[in-house]
Amino acid sequence: MNSLILLMLLPIIGSIAVAVTPKTKEVLTKQVALGTTVVVALATIAMAVNFQRDNVELQFVEKYSWIPTFGINFAVGIDGLALVLILMSTILAPIVVLAGWNEAHGGRWSVKTFYILILVLETMMIGVFVATDVFLFYVIFEAMLIPVYFLIGGYGSGERSAAAVKFLIYSLFGGLLMLASIIALYVMSGAQGGHTFDLQALSQLQMSSTTQNFLFLGFFIAFAIKAPLWPLHTWLPDAAASATPGTSVLLLGVLDKVGTFGMIRYCLTLFPEASKTFTPLIMVLAVISIVYGAILAIGQKDLKRLIAFTSISHFGFITMGIFAMTSQGHSGATLYMFNHGFSTAALFIVGGWMIARRGSSTIADFGGLQRVTPVMAWSFFLAGMSSLALPGLSSFVSEFLVLVGTFTRYPVHAVIATFGIVLAALYILIPVQKALHGPTTPGNEGLSDLNLREKIAIAPVIAIIIALGFYPSPLLNVINPASAHVIAQMGFTDPAPTNGDK
Amino acid sequence: MDAANYLYLSVLLFTIGAVGVVVRRNAIVVFMCVELMLNAANLAFVTFSRINGDLNGQVVAFFTMVVAACEVVVGLAIIVTIYRSRRSASVDDASLLKR
Amino acid sequence: MTTSNSLVYLIALPLLGATILLLAGRRADKWGHILGTLMSGSSFAVGLYQLSQMLGRSNTARPVEQKLFEWISVGSFKVDAGLLLDQLSICFVLLITGVGTLIHIYSISYMSHDHDRRRFFAYLNLFIAAMLLLVLGNSYLNLYVGWEGVGLASYLLIGFWNQKPAYATASKKAFVMNRVGDMGLSFAIMIAFATVGTVSFAGIKEHAHHTSTAALTAMGIMLLVAATGKSAQFPLQAWLGDAMAGPTPVSALIHAATMVTAGVYLITRSNFIFDAAPTAQLLVVIVGAITLLFGALIGTAKDDIKKALAASTMSQIGYMILGAGLGPVGYAFAIMHLLTHGFFKAGMFLGAGSVMHGMNDEVNMRKYGALRKFMPITFVTFGLGYLAILGVPPFAGFYSKDMIIETAFNAGGIKGILLGSVTLLGAGITAFYMTRVMILTFTGKARWDEEAHPHESPLLMWLPMAILAIGSVSSGYLLSRGDALVNWLSPLFEHHGEHEELLAPIVVSALALGMVAIGVAIAFLKYSRQEVASVAPENVSVFTKIAREDLMQDRFNEAVFMRPGQQLTQVLVKTDEAVIDGAVRGVGKLAMGSSSLLRGVQSGFVRSYAALIFVGAALLIAAIWVVVQ
Repeated sequence: MNSLILLMLLPIIGSIAVAVTPKTKEVLTKQVALGTTVVVALATIAMAVNFQRDNVELQFVEKYSWIPTFGINFAVGIDGLALVLILMSTILAPIVVLAGWNEAHGGRWSVKTFYILILVLETMMIGVFVATDVFLFYVIFEAMLIPVYFLIGGYGSGERSAAAVKFLIYSLFGGLLMLASIIALYVMSGAQGGHTFDLQALSQLQMSSTTQNFLFLGFFIAFAIKAPLWPLHTWLPDAAASATPGTSVLLLGVLDKVGTFGMIRYCLTLFPEASKTFTPLIMVLAVISIVYGAILAIGQKDLKRLIAFTSISHFGFITMGIFAMTSQGHSGATLYMFNHGFSTAALFIVGGWMIARRGSSTIADFGGLQRVTPVMAWSFFLAGMSSLALPGLSSFVSEFLVLVGTFTRYPVHAVIATFGIVLAALYILIPVQKALHGPTTPGNEGLSDLNLREKIAIAPVIAIIIALGFYPSPLLNVINPASAHVIAQMGFTDPAPTNGDK
Repeated sequence: MDAANYLYLSVLLFTIGAVGVVVRRNAIVVFMCVELMLNAANLAFVTFSRINGDLNGQVVAFFTMVVAACEVVVGLAIIVTIYRSRRSASVDDASLLKR
Repeated sequence: MTTSNSLVYLIALPLLGATILLLAGRRADKWGHILGTLMSGSSFAVGLYQLSQMLGRSNTARPVEQKLFEWISVGSFKVDAGLLLDQLSICFVLLITGVGTLIHIYSISYMSHDHDRRRFFAYLNLFIAAMLLLVLGNSYLNLYVGWEGVGLASYLLIGFWNQKPAYATASKKAFVMNRVGDMGLSFAIMIAFATVGTVSFAGIKEHAHHTSTAALTAMGIMLLVAATGKSAQFPLQAWLGDAMAGPTPVSALIHAATMVTAGVYLITRSNFIFDAAPTAQLLVVIVGAITLLFGALIGTAKDDIKKALAASTMSQIGYMILGAGLGPVGYAFAIMHLLTHGFFKAGMFLGAGSVMHGMNDEVNMRKYGALRKFMPITFVTFGLGYLAILGVPPFAGFYSKDMIIETAFNAGGIKGILLGSVTLLGAGITAFYMTRVMILTFTGKARWDEEAHPHESPLLMWLPMAILAIGSVSSGYLLSRGDALVNWLSPLFEHHGEHEELLAPIVVSALALGMVAIGVAIAFLKYSRQEVASVAPENVSVFTKIAREDLMQDRFNEAVFMRPGQQLTQVLVKTDEAVIDGAVRGVGKLAMGSSSLLRGVQSGFVRSYAALIFVGAALLIAAIWVVVQ
């Protein structure tokens, strides 16, 4: 099956099926949702097999007129970058459904509603990466907020309403800035050969450098909020701490990637000159994010907030790799997006199980879990090792590529960022010690280890983390041509070996 | 006699009416003050009609009178209704809109 | 270069063992230890096979390669998963798998009462695999994988009994300090790629001669940082003492014989960098010299037998690092000392384990004494190791350590005299603290706790000790006979003109033996002639107190890094909530505040609305009037 639009329709069909399941049969509802996500994942993998990896042009292109008055099309197509992210999203979806089998209970609304929201969100997750019409992209970019808002506000814990509102308003604010830029682009396109929202056509626009800078900022701030870049990050810990673990996985694993994806797809393509102008500033913000996120993660007492802050650090790495403008940095950043999805998913999923069993997300409430629940403890440990980029696990490849790629052009930034790996050891090992090691804290003796469903849910994540650590080539082969294409379009070439200027 | 004097009188009547609207509480009095303001405006229209030598101002004055008559009907009805329900003709007692 | 398809089995076998044991869980409890030992043993067999193949080829054709697959390839950054076995790595392969297998055998008995013995063997196999990858990788990035892999295995094994909070903390400390070193390795790899465009050993070696000294020096210093972390050298030495929290076989294998010597391997492997970067080389020597005294001084004051041996390890690795820093003449001697040390130190650690096994896991030497009669085999094997580390001829240390001392003296000028004196002094202190360990443990009066029933360890434990003891006796002679090891390794290192000899070898040996004799004599006077208190005396000199505190290393780290770091973290957490999130919430409050202000205008009073209308109309008229005017 090679139609992206059909792929987008699949979860919608699934959500309709979920909607007609009888309210009393919750298990059936869950099974339908799981089945749908599995089918979508398989369909995506089938598409990936048919993807021509050496072709840098958009593939699987489809285009239907949507609002002809304004020249808006329902236009889709993918390159290597988008393919990797869609793969990540659709593989994560069934894992999230299976891992959070009981998450929907205790929510404000029914179990059915929960899965309808998840499936609608999956459609949008695919759509946001495949859209090649800027207006379509914007609509999905904003519409994604709605299911997530209800997932956090309706099924979360703690101050879920406040967190959901904060998330919504923060994201809307960025989205509106982007809308202003999009309208400006549309108006300018009218003066230069006809009104259009087509990404390809818009990238050919002529504009003054001042205009470019302002429009770039409109897009960039929206993306910097999404992929939380310091200092626009404060919504993330609150949202992640309040959301259910499954929602957090989708939020940090997929939705936030829209930010870094947008930086590559929209900021660099539409505004190459402005991107160069702002690169020094962005690189500094990225490095601050890396170190700042790591230090704050060390200082957290709540497990979910800790994971959220580690992600801020990781997103700093991704942004740094993107703007280093070397093929290693760029490919590394894209691979990082994929790997981060799985390592954070593992942390949140296993962390979520721990929290659900213990009834508390405070790290100090755990202790000695390795003796009580060895499989769960090992899963958490492996997820943590992946988060601190242990060589042999997938994150190492991407993190090292980002560092090496950055070093060849920005040695100082790379050196400071590398200190992050020591901080990473601390922010993972401290909770590992507090939660898994030491004597078993009273009240934890009776905790149950992972059951079969949970083992099946976490196994593919861990398998991917390990397999891609040793053999990342299948992904890199898809990513490399796309990255090289962007770098070449920007007019950059990799720095040649200097031999120390001898 | 200078036509401007009629305008001065009109301004004076309008101001008295406006002050009355603002400072008085009794709905009937406020209502009468509004009437006073309307008639001050009528006077100004008629005066301008005279100064300009056409009938436009006088026509508008008739319109105003019709509107004022309607207003009296509707307004008094409201006041009476409020008095029935709240046992008071004070406009301040009818400050329910802010909630 | 010759290729071989069997190199991968060296790593794959123990890795397979670890995977099976970890995945099988409790089901493997019955046979886990046997599988682990078999896997390690078969890896050793593959190593022997490779050695026999290698011996059959001419000296320059000995290295073999195996390319497994393309690991990472982005732009010009290409790294293959490739293995390289040459004269240097075969030494390590045999040491790791050989000593490793012996320690597996020892652990079968040592850990037999432990509920989690299977998991212990899984970790041991994981360690063997990672360590082999470290020495077999054909590029710095492949080495890096093994480098952190052994760090992980070390973390898991130090924290094997992590239900005790102190042990869990010790494992975390080791991992974090190692990561600081790993950062150095990252930097070195980045510099290599940016300046030379490749990260493979062969590639960098090829380009080294037309790369600037500054770049090579930077690379060298960063490699040295990596080595200090892994090999517990100054200033990243503080984790090794705490690492003794792990079970004793772990201390023998990882924290004495193999992993901690990885730094020496790294420097020797990077000889083409250090030879071209004299400043970096000088720093290597300085680090080695400082550490060898540092470790020796700590060793004099430790009452915990394992910590005394750990301090000794630190000091002995200081010798190796110093040797490796002396350039082409020193590499082979550093490796030789590394190999002999692998035998005698592993043997002594196993001996310590044997003693603990018989003494209810008591580690305080002040509660030992007179164990010679009760543990004759342990005493003999430990004693042979003791003679070896002292450098008494013809035991192993005599050949390897004297060579380093001699090379140090011959380094030339003041540097040579200084280094030579430091190594001599170190030899003296070593003799003192090792004699102290011997006396406190095996001779004198029994100072045991009441429930102690010392007994000799079973066959599975003493057999490995005996084999290692044979190594402690003979390895030095075998390796140096006819310069066997030096010639074996010589194709790998570039040779320069011979250094002039400051002192003749016989003089150096005489001086060294003299120092050793002094050290032994002082120890005898202090511990054999006088009663040893079973509780450490408090009224001791300030120097002893400082030495007991590991020369203040932990206090320094706590005061300079840990506490300011914790404070910074706390401050940033508060700042994030108050300032950054405060600003965000401030915007929200501003909107709410201004709207509640404006709401006041909507009072609901008709009259105030009317007044506002009048005011507004008046203002409007005034404005129009102003504009018209």
